[in-house]
Amino acid sequence: MGLWLLRRIGQILPTLLILSFLIFGLQQLMPGDPALILAGEERGDPQVLAQIRAELFLDRPLWEQYLRWISRVVVGDFGFSWRIREPVGALILEKLPVTFQLAGMAFLIAVLIGVPAGIVSAVKRDRPVDWATNGVALFGISTPNFWLGIMMILLFSVELGWLPPSGYVPLTEDPLQSLATTIMPAFVLGSGIAGVLMRHTRAAMLTALAQDYVRTARAKGLAERVVVAKHALRNALIPVVTLGTIEFGRLLAGAVLTEQIFTIPGFGKLIVDAVFNRDYPVVQGVVLATALIFVLLSLVADLLYMAINPRLRTA
Amino acid sequence: MSSRPVLEVLNLSVEFPTDRGPLRAVDGVSFSVEAGKTLAVVGESGCGKSVTALAIMGLLPPGARLGGAVRLLGEELVGQPGAAWQGRRGRDLAMVFQEPMTSLNPAFTAGEQVAEALRLHEGLSPRAAMDRAVEMLALVRIPDAARRARQYPHQLSGGMRQRVMIAMALACRPRLLIADEPTTALDVTVQAQILALLDELKRDTGTAVVLITHDLGVVADHADQVVVMYAGRIAEAAPAAELFERPEHPYTVGLIGAVPSIEGGATRLASIEGTVPDLRDPPPGCRFAPRCPFAGTDCETPPPLGEVHAGHLSACWRAPLGEGSPLPEPYPPGRDPARTGASQAA
Repeated sequence: MGLWLLRRIGQILPTLLILSFLIFGLQQLMPGDPALILAGEERGDPQVLAQIRAELFLDRPLWEQYLRWISRVVVGDFGFSWRIREPVGALILEKLPVTFQLAGMAFLIAVLIGVPAGIVSAVKRDRPVDWATNGVALFGISTPNFWLGIMMILLFSVELGWLPPSGYVPLTEDPLQSLATTIMPAFVLGSGIAGVLMRHTRAAMLTALAQDYVRTARAKGLAERVVVAKHALRNALIPVVTLGTIEFGRLLAGAVLTEQIFTIPGFGKLIVDAVFNRDYPVVQGVVLATALIFVLLSLVADLLYMAINPRLRTA
Repeated sequence: MSSRPVLEVLNLSVEFPTDRGPLRAVDGVSFSVEAGKTLAVVGESGCGKSVTALAIMGLLPPGARLGGAVRLLGEELVGQPGAAWQGRRGRDLAMVFQEPMTSLNPAFTAGEQVAEALRLHEGLSPRAAMDRAVEMLALVRIPDAARRARQYPHQLSGGMRQRVMIAMALACRPRLLIADEPTTALDVTVQAQILALLDELKRDTGTAVVLITHDLGVVADHADQVVVMYAGRIAEAAPAAELFERPEHPYTVGLIGAVPSIEGGATRLASIEGTVPDLRDPPPGCRFAPRCPFAGTDCETPPPLGEVHAGHLSACWRAPLGEGSPLPEPYPPGRDPARTGASQAA
C-alpha cells in the first residue's frame, strides 16, 4: 500500500512534464503576435516591437524559451504576466479560492441532488417517481448553462430582487453575501452535473440491486432501507466516484461561460482574458495549475476506490 | 408424529405475470417439516422448487402473486404485511443460496456479514456480535476463524464462502433453514463436507431443514422426507427410504433410473425423453404424460395426489405401479451416464 502510493505519486512528475511540453507547444499554434498586442498604439514602430521581443525573449529559439520557463516553474516561479505585470503565481493564488468555492458549492449541489435522485429512481424503477426524476435529469443535462444562468438572473435578481445578478464577494469578507453571489452560478453548474450523476447512480444501483448479495441481505431480515443504503449503495458508488472526480476536476478547471455571465473572477475568466491578450505566462501557468489539480484529483479518486472497494485494498 | 411441524405449506401457488400471459410456477404444493428433520424438494430446473423456497422466505420478486398458506410455528405468513415476514427472516427463517461466489457482499468482511444478523435480531453490540460471528465461523469449521472473519469474500474459496453463508444463516439459531442447492456450485469433496456439516448442525440445534436439490444422491443420504416436483406440482411425496425402495410415480422412477449406482452399473442408467412443459401453456391432464412411457387416455384428466401407501403420496393414475418392480425398463438407456436425466438438471 505504501509502495503503491509512492509509485503512484512518482507518476505525477513525468505526467506534468509531458503536459508542460504540450501546453507550451500548442500555445505556439495560437494566431497573433504577442509583441504586436503588447505594443498597443506603437505597433507600427519596429524598434518598439524589437525591444518588446528582446525583453520577453521572444526572439530566442523555442527550446530556450521553454527551458527558461520550465526551469523557473520547477522552483515554483511561474513568471510575470506580460499584461497585468503581476506574478502569475500570485494571480493563480488569488483566483484559486474563488474557483474552489464555486466548484465546491456546485459539486455539493450536484451530489446532494444527483445521488439521492438516482437511488430513489432505481428503487422505484418504472414508476411515476422514476419517470419524473428522469425527466428532470434530462432537463438538467440538456439545458445550456448560459441560458439557465440568464433565466435565473431574470427571475431571482430582476423580478424578485432576492439575489445580486453578478459580482463576487470573498468568503472571508462577508460569508452571507459571498454565498448570495455564488449560489446562482453554483446551481447552474451543479444542475447539469446532478443530471449526469443521477443517471449513473441509477444505473449502478439497478445493477447492484439485482445482485445475489442483495437477496442475501434481505434473507437476513434487514429492512429494505438498510439493504438499499448499505448493501447496494456501497457497491454502486464505485463507478459514481469515478465520474464525480472527473466532474469536480472539470469544475475546478474553470467554468468559462458561467463565470462570464455572473462576472465571477475565477480561473475561467482569468484564462479567457489571458488567451485574448496573448498573455503566454498566464495561459501556461493556469493550464499547468489546472493539470496539476486534475492529476491530484485522480489520485484522490484512486484513494477513494481503495476505501470503497476492498478488492483493491487487499490485492 | 406428534410434534407440531415447524413449517406447514398448504396449497401454495405462485403466479408471475408475463408478456404472454400469467405463468403459474408453483401450483397447489403442500408439505410440512418437523424440527430436526430434513425435507428434500427434488426436481429438474424450472420445476418450481426454488420459487417455492423464495415464497416461503417472502422474497418473491415484486409482481408475483402468492396463494395458499405458509405457516411458521403455526403462524400464518401469507397475506401479512411485509414487515411481519421481514421480522421473521434471519431470526426464525433462514436461507442458504446456491451461489456462494456471488451471494456474499464483496464490500464487507465475512465477519461483518455474519455479525450483521446478530446485531439486528439479538441486539448485540458490534463487538459482541463480532465475537459471536467468529464463534459461528469456527462452528462451521473455518480454520483460523478470527483471521478469516476479517477477510473479504474475494479472499475466500467457494467452499469457505458457503460455510460463511451457513454461519450467517444459522447465527440466530433459526427454526427453519432453507438450503437451495447449497452444494451445486462446489467441488464434489467440498459438497460432502458441507452436507455433513448441515446434518450435524441440524442435529445439534433442532433446526428443521428444507433441502432443495436436483441430486437424488444427496437426497438418499441426507433427507428424511422427499417431495418430488414436476412442472410446478408435486408428483410424489414419501419418506426418503420408501421413495427409493418403492417409487410410485413414473417421473421418480425415471429420476432414480438416471442416477448412477455402483450395484447396477451402467446398464441401469436411463434418461427421460422430452423436455419440461411450458408453464404458460401446460398439458391439460397429467403434466408428465407427454414424457411418460405409461401414459394412456385417462392421463388427459389431471391425477389427484393420493395416498398409495401409508404416508406415501403419488399423483399418477397408474399408482401403485406394481409389486416390487423397480421399473427402469421403460426408459431407454442413456447415452452419456454423467450427463443424463437428473444429474443434468442443474
